[in-house]
Amino acid sequence: MSAVVTPGSVQTAEHSQSHRPDPNYLTHTKGFLSWALTLDHKRIGLMYLVGILTSFLLGGILALLLRAELFFPGEQMFSNDGYNQLFTLHGAVMVFLFIIPSVPAALGNFLVPVMLGAKDVAFPRLNLSSFYLWLAGTAFFLVALFSTGLDTGWTFYTPYSTLTQGPVVAATMGVFILGFSSIFTGLNFIVTINTMRPPGMTWFRMPLFLWATYATSIIQVLATPVLGITVLLLAAERVLKIGIFDPAYNGDPVAFQHFFWFYSHPAVYIMILPAMGIISELMSVHSHKAIFGYRMIAYSSVAIALFGFLVWGHHMFTSGMAEVTTIIFSALTFTVSIPSAIKVFNWLFTMYQGTVSMVTPMCYALAFLFLFTIGGLTGLFLGSLSTDRHLHDTYFVVAHFHYVMMGGTLIAFLGGLFHWWPKMIGKMYNELGGQISALVVFIGFNLTFLPQFVMGSRGMPRRYAQYDKEFEFLHQLSTVGAFVLGMGLFIAAGVLLSSLFRGRKAPANPWGGDTLEWHCESPPPFYNFLRPPVVKDPYDYSRLVYDNRVGGYVERPEDRASGSHK
Amino acid sequence: MIQPWLLADEPASFWFPEQASTFAPEVDFFFHAVLWICIVFFTLIVAGMIYFVWKFRQRPGYQGSPEALHNNTLEITWTVIPTLIVVWIFVRGVYGYLDMMSPPTETYDIEVKATQWNWSFKYPNGALSNDLHIPINKPIKLIMRSEDVIHSLFIPAFRCKTDIVPGRLNTMWFQAIKEGSFDLYCTEYCGTKHSLMQAMTVVQSQEQFDAWLAEASKPPEDPIEWGKWLYERQGCKGCHSIDGSLVVGPSFKGSFGTSMDMSDGQKVTMDEQYIRNSILNPQSQARVNFAAKINQMNSYAGKLKEEEISALTAFIKSLK
Repeated sequence: MSAVVTPGSVQTAEHSQSHRPDPNYLTHTKGFLSWALTLDHKRIGLMYLVGILTSFLLGGILALLLRAELFFPGEQMFSNDGYNQLFTLHGAVMVFLFIIPSVPAALGNFLVPVMLGAKDVAFPRLNLSSFYLWLAGTAFFLVALFSTGLDTGWTFYTPYSTLTQGPVVAATMGVFILGFSSIFTGLNFIVTINTMRPPGMTWFRMPLFLWATYATSIIQVLATPVLGITVLLLAAERVLKIGIFDPAYNGDPVAFQHFFWFYSHPAVYIMILPAMGIISELMSVHSHKAIFGYRMIAYSSVAIALFGFLVWGHHMFTSGMAEVTTIIFSALTFTVSIPSAIKVFNWLFTMYQGTVSMVTPMCYALAFLFLFTIGGLTGLFLGSLSTDRHLHDTYFVVAHFHYVMMGGTLIAFLGGLFHWWPKMIGKMYNELGGQISALVVFIGFNLTFLPQFVMGSRGMPRRYAQYDKEFEFLHQLSTVGAFVLGMGLFIAAGVLLSSLFRGRKAPANPWGGDTLEWHCESPPPFYNFLRPPVVKDPYDYSRLVYDNRVGGYVERPEDRASGSHK
Repeated sequence: MIQPWLLADEPASFWFPEQASTFAPEVDFFFHAVLWICIVFFTLIVAGMIYFVWKFRQRPGYQGSPEALHNNTLEITWTVIPTLIVVWIFVRGVYGYLDMMSPPTETYDIEVKATQWNWSFKYPNGALSNDLHIPINKPIKLIMRSEDVIHSLFIPAFRCKTDIVPGRLNTMWFQAIKEGSFDLYCTEYCGTKHSLMQAMTVVQSQEQFDAWLAEASKPPEDPIEWGKWLYERQGCKGCHSIDGSLVVGPSFKGSFGTSMDMSDGQKVTMDEQYIRNSILNPQSQARVNFAAKINQMNSYAGKLKEEEISALTAFIKSLK
């Protein structure tokens, strides 16, 4: 560790009952280098958070530009090429720079060691290097995208991507570097969770967020190398003219789609599984009741991770694959729906006979449940072969994956951010403001994407810069919704940012959670825990009671006196 | 003049355009069946959510019970029932799909050539058109190839689409059951004018179709008109404008007889020989501003006859 442990600092931590404010991870050292060279997982998580939210802002502005352009059928602010570059940028920024690293790298980095009662991840230096790889990959990617205008879509389908003038090689190298960042993070979490669990934390006493992170990490480590190989092959084809995917050199363009989706479909689960982990925590903590069917949720995370590897072919149902292959992929695709459905029912029944408090994170969790259910159910239309022939590559698909990716992952990420914000920053935000942001986001989201389902089934193809008059009204609804959604997100940002300056100090346990992160101060001290805490059931709330003086939850005085706090 | 097929753009139901092929009733029935399954599940989940949030809300004097943590009967039920439903959805989807994949033995075959950003349909007698004309109540098979990147042919009113992948032939069949004009879209992103790569599907009675086909297989006799006819149907139009605007390749307007800078530093006058060579062997010479894009032009050797090249040359000459 880089920081010097003086006897004094240990002493202050040991006497944490005293009123002297302890230096926390944010304040124990100062200066640019203390952040730039930090090995502290919490600081790295926070730096990721800033980077990821900046990417999200960029991707969001691009989305609003796209929707504004589509308000009228013909050409408005952007030429066809301009529009094509915009949707490419929007997709690429959102997928590679925001959603994939959002939960694991930002919240995961902060939470995994604390939830384990550990001091840090297994490989702190690898952790920092993965952050710098993310930065480098992002810089590479953005420079490539903005300098000449990539217009291949985020999927880089060949042979278009080998023929177009855009900086495909530079952009794919950016993706390649970002992939390594993702692999390192995954590897770190796998080792951390396997080896650093504290005494008493068996696999089935792990918080469900850790189960989800573990499942995600497995996918990151196993699937991301395939993306690396794919983009290298693509670069080799463009530069060396080796025939792999381009029929002009005897390659097969559909082979690229297989390669690409062999990574990118599991990547969908890299995006959604950690979000599911967050929802499991949120539903339980804010219902003040242990999660319903803990083992089913844990197993279903692993099941989704495994099945997720076998369904990539459903992106190619109309590409002319053999019929038997197509039918097998359809069957495999449906297998993923079952564990997802099980999770939804379990979350729902977690509230049954609980004590539900509608604080901001819970509002987002309920919004997730609503939106993810729509996202999941509309997948049935796309997984079944006859309806997919009509719906494939239309706005129905666009709406479906936005309900899953955005209604799922983004909403869960926001819920998690509001949930752990007091822990990360040490400040409480304005509760009413948070609830309003959740409501506005929810309304805006549905107004944006519900019309797109109808548009799609009526035949509106995706990635169209201009469209037929008959879709105008639905497009306008969608655009209005997008701006409402944008406003909701700005409210959310305002609520969080103003808490930095005006929020009251957060108590150690504002919500009444019982996973280990709520057992250390807010924000946590540099070392998280002085000694590995002894672990019991992570969802046993019977010992916690609300204390008005603290403004948060504390252990019942009688439990503390009887020495249950080991 | 009111064009009656414009009315066909109006959706026939809330979810779908009108049913114009034999596939449409099955797809629509199945879609609505799945839709109702979804509505039932969604309503149950959201109603349960609202009820639980209200009933078990945090309030003074209420203390929840931590007892209900799992229930095997319930958990098995909500695993088995969705599984059975999903199996039915899968099987029904395969049933409809196999129908779409199995054309009857006797079909009327039309060759489709997709280029950036143009559709070209070639009928058994050699006639070419940019819109797809088909007779009603007759199984049609499209044999589709792409000259450049991946495209996808989608006719919403027929409820079917198939990608057109360079380097292979993909086929698709359908049988129209309604006369009229229906949208035909490209649904695989293919570059600048992807959203303009649209055509119409014109479904006519057999007699009308035969009459149209006889007319369409007779190219104009005037060489300039014939050249224009070829320009529109052979894919030139996708990249070369005739009004001076830049699409991908150079515009044809006012170019004949001008002197041009080539990428190898030479100056060449655009004459008959230059045009013929550019059509048959496009990579052999590139203008200085178009060197990077020259690979997007495919050779037409073997695809155009000498007299057709002459007609195209006459047409280009005529564009002052």
